[in-house]
Amino acid sequence: MTLWFVFALMTAAAVFAVLWPLGRAAVRRSGSDVAVYRDQIGEIGRDRANGLIGASEAEAARVEVSRRLLAAADADAAQSAAAPRPGATARRRTAAVAALIGVPVLAATLYLALGSPQLPGQPLAARVKAPLQDQPLDALVTRVEAHLASNPEDGRGWEVIAPVYLRLGRFEDAVKARRNALQLNGATSDREADLGEALAAAANGVVTDEAKASFERARAGDPKNVRARFYLGVAAEQDSNHAAAAAIWREMLTDAPQGAPWVPIVRQALARVDAAPAPGPSADDIAAAQSMKPEDQAAMIRGMVEQLSERLKRDGSDVDGWLRLVRAYTVLGDKDRAREAAADARRAIGPDADKLKRLDELVKGLGLEG
Amino acid sequence: MIPELGHYCLVLALALALIQASVPMWGARVGDSTLMGVAGPAALAQFAFVAASFAALTWCYVASDFSVFNVFQNSHSAMPLIYKFTSVWGNHEGSMLLWVLILSLFGASVAAFGGNLPETLRADALAVQAWIAAAFYLFILVTSNPFLRLADAPFEGRDLNPILQDPGLAIHPPLLYLGYVGFSISFSFAIAALIEGRIDAAWARWVRPWALAAWLCLTLGIAMGSYWAYYELGWGGWWFWDPVENASLMPWLAGTALLHSAVVMEKRNALKIWTILLAILAFSLSLLGTFLVRSGVLTSVHTFASDPTRGVFILAILAVFIGGGFTLYAWRAPMLKQGGLFAPISREGALVFNNLFLTSACATVFVGTLYPLALEALTEEKISVGAPFFNFTFGPLLVPLLIAVPFGPLLAWKRGDVLGAAQRLMLAFALALVGLGVAFALQGGQPVLAPFGVALAVFVMIGALTDLSERLGLFRVPLGVTLARARGLPRSNFGTAVAHFAAGVVLLGVVAETAWNAERIATLKVGETISLRGYDFTLDGLIPRPGPNYREVAAHFTIRRDGVVIGVMEPSKRTFPQRAMSTTEAALMSRGVSQIYLSLGETSADGAVAVRLYHKPLVLLIWLGAVMMAFGGALSLSDRRLRVGAPKPARRKPALQPAE
Repeated sequence: MTLWFVFALMTAAAVFAVLWPLGRAAVRRSGSDVAVYRDQIGEIGRDRANGLIGASEAEAARVEVSRRLLAAADADAAQSAAAPRPGATARRRTAAVAALIGVPVLAATLYLALGSPQLPGQPLAARVKAPLQDQPLDALVTRVEAHLASNPEDGRGWEVIAPVYLRLGRFEDAVKARRNALQLNGATSDREADLGEALAAAANGVVTDEAKASFERARAGDPKNVRARFYLGVAAEQDSNHAAAAAIWREMLTDAPQGAPWVPIVRQALARVDAAPAPGPSADDIAAAQSMKPEDQAAMIRGMVEQLSERLKRDGSDVDGWLRLVRAYTVLGDKDRAREAAADARRAIGPDADKLKRLDELVKGLGLEG
Repeated sequence: MIPELGHYCLVLALALALIQASVPMWGARVGDSTLMGVAGPAALAQFAFVAASFAALTWCYVASDFSVFNVFQNSHSAMPLIYKFTSVWGNHEGSMLLWVLILSLFGASVAAFGGNLPETLRADALAVQAWIAAAFYLFILVTSNPFLRLADAPFEGRDLNPILQDPGLAIHPPLLYLGYVGFSISFSFAIAALIEGRIDAAWARWVRPWALAAWLCLTLGIAMGSYWAYYELGWGGWWFWDPVENASLMPWLAGTALLHSAVVMEKRNALKIWTILLAILAFSLSLLGTFLVRSGVLTSVHTFASDPTRGVFILAILAVFIGGGFTLYAWRAPMLKQGGLFAPISREGALVFNNLFLTSACATVFVGTLYPLALEALTEEKISVGAPFFNFTFGPLLVPLLIAVPFGPLLAWKRGDVLGAAQRLMLAFALALVGLGVAFALQGGQPVLAPFGVALAVFVMIGALTDLSERLGLFRVPLGVTLARARGLPRSNFGTAVAHFAAGVVLLGVVAETAWNAERIATLKVGETISLRGYDFTLDGLIPRPGPNYREVAAHFTIRRDGVVIGVMEPSKRTFPQRAMSTTEAALMSRGVSQIYLSLGETSADGAVAVRLYHKPLVLLIWLGAVMMAFGGALSLSDRRLRVGAPKPARRKPALQPAE
């Protein structure tokens, strides 16, 4: 509302700037060339007095300028003698109406077509004050970036921003962040694998030599590193070495812990390169699952989870089954039931320290504590 | 709210400009003082609204309001405050807003200080000024609106082009625009005079201060741009015959010619039609420059964004104003009365000579700039017209012009005496010969032309001083008389002498820099030393430093001469992450008016850094000369006579009071 009020005031000021001179009595406050020629004659006199020009030249110049002066004075006299043309009031009214109507109408038309009166100003100060959750992701990213620009040695910061970059599709930045994290926080198998993953993403999913080297370092650090092994398989597949890829993936499946979430992915990959049926659900099953609609897929998974839960209620000794159940609930986003399942499992497992330890590790790993 | 207020101010300014363009002109045709009186307040109000609009945009930049698209694209919240101000015009939309701000400023100045003008001339000139303004308001609102908004303000802006993040941006564009746009006033006066069909000696006097003000700003603007290119681009050149530079040089040449021919018109009532033509030409060339720079026909650091609709729009404005101006000229000029007669050898003759050569020089620049563009448009063949073309055409045209400079002021009006003038220039001849000899002795063999350039520069400088000493009667009459004459001498005479002297200074700088510039390119490791012209440069180390919105690596050099440390220099390279660009910051060290210039190239893997090293003798004279020239213009502008003709109501009123 304030905005429109100020607009109205401004329009009024603009109209007034035109109406005001129209309302005044005509004041002839104007100069004329007569003054210029008078001054020129005076100047000739001064030049002569200073000895800058000779007497005869001064006289000639004075005559010339005087002639101009006379002509100008005549013209002036003729002009002021001429009676003002009739119709002054009508002209004034026309001009006033043009200003009174023309200015607001033109201004309003143009502004409504071009302006955005509904948008408030959003200066930096106001944007910074907005609550954190209301800020769009890119604002938060920008903040972290600003922090990293001034503290480029903050390895944790790089580690935080890298997956965000990856999700936003800013792969080059993700690679840079992963590299920095690796360099600043020290090399680990996981960080090498992270870097390799970013490199592969930046190369449109192609495991480049550089990415491959990274995964190899990751595997050297931890022979069981899942991502490193998986991507090394992909690298072999992309080199058309299907046998090597299949060997890597089959090995992964054989020593996969029960219910590891990545198993279906590896199976799927294996199915691409290997005709031999993989252990577990057949390639056809997976293909069938994939051709389902997402909601059907979710329903199928939920059904499988329910079956598992029923079975464990009848016979609670299968630790791997419990672990799979907890993981499954977590994956489905149902943390409460995951916690319930973990508590049930604890009761069913009883005093077996080894099995409890595995359960605790899983709960910790999934962030289900508290 | 503030960006919308700025937007609305601009719309109101357009509405007022339309009123100002029509009502006063109507009043002038029917002889109605009241209608003509609308021009003044309308021009002042229009300026107030544009200024408010500009202030609103500036506020958006300073407060980093990225809901304004233009601010988002050209600013960054971490930029230093001065660049937040300057980035207002460091982009196409904002610079056009600055353009109209200055246009309306000149209009408002005529309204405020034009009391000495006949009312019809003032009304018509302000109306023409408003036509131009209206065309450009419309251009801004329709094709280059700086107030377009984004519903969701991005958190961070895209930063200003790093090359523009320099104090030079605070000075160069405003000055250059004051010059470009200032010529709009002489254009408006010329069109107004053609519409009225009455042009006389007084017209020249009324136009002169405006042309002079525009010319001096343009001089400073061009010099500043040249110095900026010199230290920012990192390879030590100060003029590249780049089309964008030429676009600013052409109005300057036409404006210089206009200033000189206006003198003839004022004193002798001659060259009237020619002067009007130059007034139209100077502004037409300014518009052409705007078109070349803003339409995307040329790509350079000045072409912030190219957009075909903008180009077409500016081309239309160009066609209407230049075409309209020349059509009116062709129709009206034959009806004007010609004025005073003069002999070929006279002050008038010298000024005609000056005009001929300046306009020819302007024409060569015009051809050299536009021919490649026209050729490319017609045949798609790309040619580049560079320094050699201009050196062989522009250079030779300037030599006779400069030789004539000292003669002009020494010749009398109507009929002059060349021999007498030559006799009075004997001292200048003699000193020029001394300069020639000294230059030859200092440089040895090559280049042969350089000492002649020095001689010409000395001749122009001493010639300018001779003119002044002749007028003052220096050494011929007692000192007291000289001082009295100095007080009596109009300031414009001092202005002439200073500006002509400055032309010699610029020439000296140009000759010395071109002929005796020494250059060395080397790759250095930390601890190594190279030498150039007796200066030893030791690279002490590379220092990485964080900046507000960039990171830089500076190379620390210690400079020694004969083993004595004379200073340190720190050229650097800056990287701006937001735009993924880097800039070179050259280091300069002035030794007298000569400079040592150091800039960094690439750093190689083994830590060695490429360095460009220049010794530029007398190079500062180029820009000092330009500043001096502008100072001469300012002296001339302060001349009392330019304000003559203002009615003095305070004196008249008592006369009207009844006697007691």
